[in-house]
Amino acid sequence: MGAAPDLLERRLLFFTGKGGVGKSTVTAATALLAADRGKRVLLVEVDGKGNLTALFEHAPVGFDPVQVYPGVFAMQMSTEASLREYLKVQARVPVLGRLGPLARVFDFVANAAPGVKEILTVGKVCWELRASLQGRANWDLIVVDAAATGHVIGQLDAPRAIQELVHVGPVRNQTDWMVNLLSDPALTALNVVAAPEEMPVNETIELVARARQELAVPLGVVIVNRVLPELFTHADEVVFDALREPDATDVLTRMAGPGAVAVLDAARLAVSLRRGRSTHLTRLREGIDLPLLLVPYLFVRDHGLRVTRMVADAIGQELGY
Amino acid sequence: MAPDPGSLEALLAAREVVVFCGSGGVGKTSVAAAAAVAAATRIGGKVLVLTIDPARRLADALGIEAFGNIERRVDLANYTDDEPRGELFAAMLDTKRSWDDLVLRHAPDEATAYRILHNRLYHNVTARFVQSHDYIAMERLFDLHSSGVYDLIVIDTPPTRNAIDFLEAPARMSEFFGGRLLRWLTMPYRVTGARGARMINVASRPFYQVADRVLGSQFLQDIAEFFVNFQTMYDGFVERAQAVERLLHDRRTTFAVVTTLEGAPLREAEQFCRELTARDFHLGALVLNKTLPSYLLAEEGERAAVTLERDSDALALALETTRSPELADPSATARVLRTLGNSFRSYEVVARREAELRSELSRLPEVVVTVPNFESDIADIAALARIGEYLFAH
Repeated sequence: MGAAPDLLERRLLFFTGKGGVGKSTVTAATALLAADRGKRVLLVEVDGKGNLTALFEHAPVGFDPVQVYPGVFAMQMSTEASLREYLKVQARVPVLGRLGPLARVFDFVANAAPGVKEILTVGKVCWELRASLQGRANWDLIVVDAAATGHVIGQLDAPRAIQELVHVGPVRNQTDWMVNLLSDPALTALNVVAAPEEMPVNETIELVARARQELAVPLGVVIVNRVLPELFTHADEVVFDALREPDATDVLTRMAGPGAVAVLDAARLAVSLRRGRSTHLTRLREGIDLPLLLVPYLFVRDHGLRVTRMVADAIGQELGY
Repeated sequence: MAPDPGSLEALLAAREVVVFCGSGGVGKTSVAAAAAVAAATRIGGKVLVLTIDPARRLADALGIEAFGNIERRVDLANYTDDEPRGELFAAMLDTKRSWDDLVLRHAPDEATAYRILHNRLYHNVTARFVQSHDYIAMERLFDLHSSGVYDLIVIDTPPTRNAIDFLEAPARMSEFFGGRLLRWLTMPYRVTGARGARMINVASRPFYQVADRVLGSQFLQDIAEFFVNFQTMYDGFVERAQAVERLLHDRRTTFAVVTTLEGAPLREAEQFCRELTARDFHLGALVLNKTLPSYLLAEEGERAAVTLERDSDALALALETTRSPELADPSATARVLRTLGNSFRSYEVVARREAELRSELSRLPEVVVTVPNFESDIADIAALARIGEYLFAH
């Protein structure tokens, strides 16, 4: 336990989670939080649909980082662009002004061969981290909206997988330093975004166990999104139950109008929704031994920068800022 | 009594295959299973639900296992008031097994099948290539449909980055095997045999130069060898993929899109509805799942909530007169009343957001059904039957 407060002091944070839990929102919020605290952040969208920057009310971006918020530079991963950059900078293969028909062939091999797409993705991220550590780039923090729970192990384990498959050649040499960066707990953490619901909690517990077993990347925190507030203390709940007795409800409808019934129904719904979810939260707490950061369910109308900031505030509060 | 023509019940009664789709986390699996329960109960016949990745408790409730592609009969007798009119069967997709079956069916001989199944790249290729997970689900659907055993098959779709991926999977599959690309890539190996000396074809030379540099030639040779074997299944695969595509376009097949009334899933659902129509698939229904109750939108509710918060002290004193021992402390009662008002207004904001998103929906299919947010998990047949009542309501 305990590593949560220095989460933003690391240099590379991956975020994964089941579809629909708000992984991208939490990732963007973490980038915003770090930027507001004075860091220069590279935000990488790896597996998304190109709309991560909408969380900053900014148009979609490409492979080259674009500032989408003061201190947050966003880029959209492209394995082809990553390969081109790699060939140019690393392998010194004379480029190839356009990959042209090779792009399709590349796509083909990259799909078929284990880890090729992943290594280009993770490789680019590691490359930026190493450049920052060596003073050739100046990212204080790299935040990655990584693959969903089902695929993230394969994604982050790619350098090791390649080491096992490819025994010689430049790729082999490249993977050694990547594995070193990825497995350094002072630099890197894999974080899981969950929601207090059945499937997301199951997947989170399974993923944490698998990551421990199969992955050299250290685990960071679990961020539980959309936690419903506890309405009543135990004593207050007794009062609430009494208000739902006919005599009390009569008084309420007489003085506050017939809508009082709907208000009581809504509270009952809120209590049981909360109760249903809290069993999953308990299960999560018992099933993993990582710090849990809770982000409350937001009762708001819109979904732009304002919401990203609210989530960032909630994460900041949990981190003790 | 004949079902209402604009209902999901009528839609399911008229079709043989219903494909449920939508983005992750919207409750697609539960809705598909609930539709199958309702169809077996109220419409009749033999109904099969093919699920992809159900929560374990739901899988247990349906009595299905992840391995072996086995269909199991689900006993409905205890969950419905009336005698169920039909029978329900359930199965879970075993991706690995389905792929193996496909290879065994199409490989020219046992030795080739063996070489493919034991190639170390095989699992990787089947796990990723041409969205194979999507393809294999559709392939399995085709298999079950052509068995002729079931009157209605309800299928859940795999979680994909993009909800429309699986629609294109059969076409991509035949394009892949029919494409010149595969031939071109494996050419140097086909000329001399996979284990022969490497004779680089002129056309592919620059590619191999780059690839050698990046990956090492042994690795590349492994890949090509695998594809040479895989290509022997060309005819069978293409024919099959085309048949699967025909089934998806068939008038006996319809699609139901599931979404919650939240921004991102809803945008994706709308996009999906557009794509389905543009590609000439039958868009049968839209299911708005996990919605908040409409009483949150009633004006009198809001008025009462405001009053409860504003006049909490006066109300608490009035409530003291009921002589209920739990309401004897006006300050505690007032606190609870304020919480009630406040909570109502929080939920009202979300309900209003849902209503706005709903009113912005364009190009709706004929059938639109709304399912409320259930307070507990959907983990047994009884819960599925409850969802089913909403699905079939009109």
